[in-house]
Amino acid sequence: MKKKLSCIVSMILICISLCGCHGSKESSLFVLPESFDETKQYEITFWAKNDTNINQVNVYKKAIKDFEEIYPNITVSLKLYTDYSRIYNDVITNISTNTTPNVCITYPDHIATYMTGNDTVVCLDELLTDEDYGLGGSQVRFDSPEKDEVVDEFLNECIIKGKYYALPFMRSTEALYINKTYVDKLGYEIPDVVTWEWIFEVSEAATEKDPDGNYVVNGQKIMIPFIYKSTDNMMISMLKQLNAPYSEEDGTVLIFNDTTKEILYDIAKHTAKGAFSTFKISSYPANFLNAGQCIFAIDSTAGATWMGSKAPLLDIPKDQIVDFETIVRPIPQYDISDIKMISQGPSLCIFNKTDPQEVLASWLFAQYLLTNDVQIAYGMTEGYIPVTQKAHESAEYQDYLNREGEDDNIYYNIKIEASRLLLENTEHTFVTPVFNGSASLRDAAGSLIENTCKSVNRKETIDDAYFDALFEKLTSLYHLDQISAQRTKKDLGPLPPTSVALLGSLGAAWLLIGAYTIISYRKDKGIK
Amino acid sequence: MKKLLTVLLGLMMILSLSACKKQEEPQVDPEPAPTDDVVVMNYGEYAAAELGSKVVIEAYVQAAQSYWNGAKLYLQDKDGAYFVYCDGKGEDINLSEEDYGKLVPSVDYSAGWTGLCDGTKVRVEGVKSEWSGEVEIAEATVTILEGEKWVAEAEDVTALLGSDELADHMNKKVKFSGLTVAASKDAEGNDVAFLYNWDGSGAEGSNNDLYFNVTNGEAPFTFVVESYLCYEGSEVYEAVKALNVGDTVDLEGFLYWYNGANPHITSVTVR
Repeated sequence: MKKKLSCIVSMILICISLCGCHGSKESSLFVLPESFDETKQYEITFWAKNDTNINQVNVYKKAIKDFEEIYPNITVSLKLYTDYSRIYNDVITNISTNTTPNVCITYPDHIATYMTGNDTVVCLDELLTDEDYGLGGSQVRFDSPEKDEVVDEFLNECIIKGKYYALPFMRSTEALYINKTYVDKLGYEIPDVVTWEWIFEVSEAATEKDPDGNYVVNGQKIMIPFIYKSTDNMMISMLKQLNAPYSEEDGTVLIFNDTTKEILYDIAKHTAKGAFSTFKISSYPANFLNAGQCIFAIDSTAGATWMGSKAPLLDIPKDQIVDFETIVRPIPQYDISDIKMISQGPSLCIFNKTDPQEVLASWLFAQYLLTNDVQIAYGMTEGYIPVTQKAHESAEYQDYLNREGEDDNIYYNIKIEASRLLLENTEHTFVTPVFNGSASLRDAAGSLIENTCKSVNRKETIDDAYFDALFEKLTSLYHLDQISAQRTKKDLGPLPPTSVALLGSLGAAWLLIGAYTIISYRKDKGIK
Repeated sequence: MKKLLTVLLGLMMILSLSACKKQEEPQVDPEPAPTDDVVVMNYGEYAAAELGSKVVIEAYVQAAQSYWNGAKLYLQDKDGAYFVYCDGKGEDINLSEEDYGKLVPSVDYSAGWTGLCDGTKVRVEGVKSEWSGEVEIAEATVTILEGEKWVAEAEDVTALLGSDELADHMNKKVKFSGLTVAASKDAEGNDVAFLYNWDGSGAEGSNNDLYFNVTNGEAPFTFVVESYLCYEGSEVYEAVKALNVGDTVDLEGFLYWYNGANPHITSVTVR
């Protein structure tokens, strides 16, 4: 009896030890229920990002209120964020404690990292097309867009590893906001599409000073002719326009190449002449533009309400605002016959939960955020555009666009022109490949420009050796070599001794268990 | 046979458990101690240094914003104050998370966390920069120094509010006495004592910055509880939430700058 007991205890211990080697608890794959249970109450959380813009917050609040009236058994709790990195940080923290939100505004780059957890993010392939609960589904209680009413380019941006893991919520691009008054004063005419060569030429012309040290063009001590807000986008866009490598879909990092060097040499040259700077080095382009201390400001179309001397949102004292005419153009191009601009903006992802009904409730809410009511209202808060054709073609949205310039608030002309820029160039937009580590690569792209500009400002030598060292430094800092290592699945060499011991002992344990069972069986049956 | 099997199974179990053992971390050489041939500037030399030039200073850490957001440091010595900036992505500051943990009282960023420190002395090597009026040290390497700690006394700068002279005290631990809470307008146009975010676009429970206006009888000034320095739930955060328009208050904080004075308030007392 004692022996039998000790054998059983040993086997249990082995099982426990094997379980102990296992990783974190796996979530089960989401299976779409046949129907939504409206007899049970569901409380879901929505982590939303706004651009520190109360109008956007009010759109979220109204959307929640309206949705809860349609589905009284679903309560949505809103948590507000003003930057993507904080949402990302909180989500990562909460994945480990299994306390992720239900629905979350995010970037696809971030979703790729969330997906390293087990079924953390719900795959939307089935949900998108389900006849009952999919986009425009028969059981959906509101006027939801059909899948083919979502702009293809924007929906396709949500494909990660061949599957849909997000819904686009809003889209923006970058725009070039120009102080036309000063460009006129410098004797230049603004083309419909400006080139990099043109913008740097005008920027350098703007650096001329009078004998008192004031800039001729504005009569002030400060003038930074050209400021780029997002230098990661700048590098990515320049490489794309030149058809130069950046990364591949599988995560191969290609950014450190000769074209990148040439771009950086060019940026260094113009920085040295005082013609160019960045947000990180100098501050918000809008503040300099509005103070007459900048001529070319590149920022998101979602920042259009801050741009121009009549901007509804201001970040500097009114007495510093200079009166000038503002013009909106696409970002500069290398080839004006082949315009390329980045597509960006918030997307929605849904986190998996143990109760599939809760996930379905989350999906219904996420889907509600694509209705015309929400899309158009949010699109009017900034230079965003709705992500559905259904909203674009609606009488309400068309009326909004047609009333451009009617006031300097809802119908602020710069904001609507920024929206039009994307509406008219959707087919010219692009995104970069998304993979676990793509967010780091993006950071490195920006750092290339930031570092170069800082080094120029410090009068360091900019040459091939400088760039080789910079490439090496950023590869290490952003662990880009590890991304490549993950991708190549290189030969990891022989198994370490501990792994050999583990695998060997597991095999031996199962053999012994089998042998013991057979021997016991034969003995019990009296077989010799 | 059974005895043999039991023994073998037990051995297998021990082997399998040992295989689960964590690999020893490779030994990492400690950071080299700062060398003595570095010329350390005093505050006057730092103040006189040109923007964009390399600077080396030694001062005492008065406060730090949360590490994940970039560990921005508020430093002071007996002559002046410094702000060490990092953009949060690990490149602009060279301070390990472990060393950061030695500067702040806690790295448990739960509700109520504050980054008020006990004055550890550090050496900072970086580049003097300016961003929206805030003079700071960017691209900084921070080294913890052994020796005495020092916490600055808050200097009363109430009389300097609205004057150009206030900028001379940038980044210092300061106090403002006897100011009156002035109304801010919320989204509905109501008079309120404070806003979540500058325009009221935040909400309770979201750890947003708190903005509130105070006046010395003349123009109102906007002060902020920087939520990366004093989290929601901290004493100052909750004290500001309890303010009423018209309250007379004494305030303490760090004289941060953003297109003008934008003090990061760490203490509020209603008279």
